[in-house]
Amino acid sequence: MKKDLLSINDLTRDDIYLILDTAEAMREVGERPIKKVPTLRGRTIVNLFYEPSTRTRTSFEIAEKRLSADTLNIAVATSSVLKGETLVDTALNIEAMAPDMIVLRHASSGAGHLLSRICRSRIINAGDGMHEHPTQALLDAFTIREHKKRLDGLKVAIVGDLLHSRVLRSNVLLLTTLGACVWVSGPATLVPRGLDQLGIRVTTSVDEAVVDADVIMMLRIQQERMQGAYFPSIREYFTTFGMTRERVARAKPDVIIMHPGPMNRGVEIASDVADGPYSVILQQVANGVAVRMAVLYLLAGEPEVAD
Amino acid sequence: MPVVMDADRMGRTLARIAHEILERNRGVDELALVGIRTRGVPLARRLARAIFEINGHDVPTGALDITLYRDDLMRHAVGPQPLIRKTEIPFSIDDKRILLVDDVLYTGRTIRAALDALIDFGRPKAIQLIVMVDRGHRELPIKADYVGKNLPTSLSQSVQVHLQEIDGRDEVEIQES
Repeated sequence: MKKDLLSINDLTRDDIYLILDTAEAMREVGERPIKKVPTLRGRTIVNLFYEPSTRTRTSFEIAEKRLSADTLNIAVATSSVLKGETLVDTALNIEAMAPDMIVLRHASSGAGHLLSRICRSRIINAGDGMHEHPTQALLDAFTIREHKKRLDGLKVAIVGDLLHSRVLRSNVLLLTTLGACVWVSGPATLVPRGLDQLGIRVTTSVDEAVVDADVIMMLRIQQERMQGAYFPSIREYFTTFGMTRERVARAKPDVIIMHPGPMNRGVEIASDVADGPYSVILQQVANGVAVRMAVLYLLAGEPEVAD
Repeated sequence: MPVVMDADRMGRTLARIAHEILERNRGVDELALVGIRTRGVPLARRLARAIFEINGHDVPTGALDITLYRDDLMRHAVGPQPLIRKTEIPFSIDDKRILLVDDVLYTGRTIRAALDALIDFGRPKAIQLIVMVDRGHRELPIKADYVGKNLPTSLSQSVQVHLQEIDGRDEVEIQES
């Protein structure tokens, strides 16, 4: 493992399997009467969140507490950032108090890389702009493996806002590394250029993408990042790209439906699909804690020296 | 590399320990075996089988990984983190007599970690320690209740317990390192 986890590209295939296997053991800790082990006692972890987050921040905090780390949360809404402090200055000030790790969520792509260059602390990227969200992809892979027992050779259809999605990028990098066959689909206006260079199939037809799929992964329509008009209306988006029971029926009978949250019901996913028998959306959330425990534990070791 | 215990001897030793367990613990209902990963686990299973052969009683058996409780884990980070394997204790340990099983008793630090880990699972009535080999050199006040073989060693030696389930043969050997 490298010093920081900024991108799935920081991980080798073996690293990914090590994280998933370690997460299996970590999950058991969460099933005990006392859901806490002393492993990271005396370590300080700062959760620095520049964007709103419920799931990811809670998940990291629970993971940190289950490993007995001392954690503190800095929500930007109540911090000196509002007084005009830059990300670098904030980070250097936090760094002066000698934390061991910083978990960073930021609206700008590459924010973690910037901190990585100036900080001694380990940096974990908890989502940077439209770039990556590596722990989400890891927990998605963990959830898929739990249901399908493998990842290689599976057909995974990823549908939604491909342009703004960091979850997409991390998942594509991870799933292709592990040998899954990835299809992505969304409105042409929300397909970033060069996406087909990543070894995946790109189509504007959802119906084609989901045929015989083992896994359907929905992406949220990120209205907060949309300045232009990418599609005529929410209703039209749902008609053309929304995941309905009819579309799910085109996939394999044992398909699983995933969503990284937060869901827009009736926009990218129909309520009866989100709550239906194929949905593993809440299992993804549950698995997030175990996967983040694994990442925190493994990053607490000595980093590999770059050759 | 001198072999100090062969397969036949190991089999008889386990049978003897199974009898000792039954002798010391009236009422098998409260008993449960917990093996410490890696080699304590197959030893615990074999003891469960030996007890079953004596009195037909199934003693519940679990596996404990103590990595998350190690006292040297975060002191001086050298190299990658040790591998964590799954702890599987599929029964409540509350009010049970737990028979903790490991292959070699040495400094006692593994057992210290195992005791901490077990207490997080509940409040057993008692914990007893079973080891195949006690090689001395304790660094903590810990003592085994059942010992397969006491083996005086020097600090420069290492003791390896090989088991059929993991290593393909049953054997205890001492190595000069």
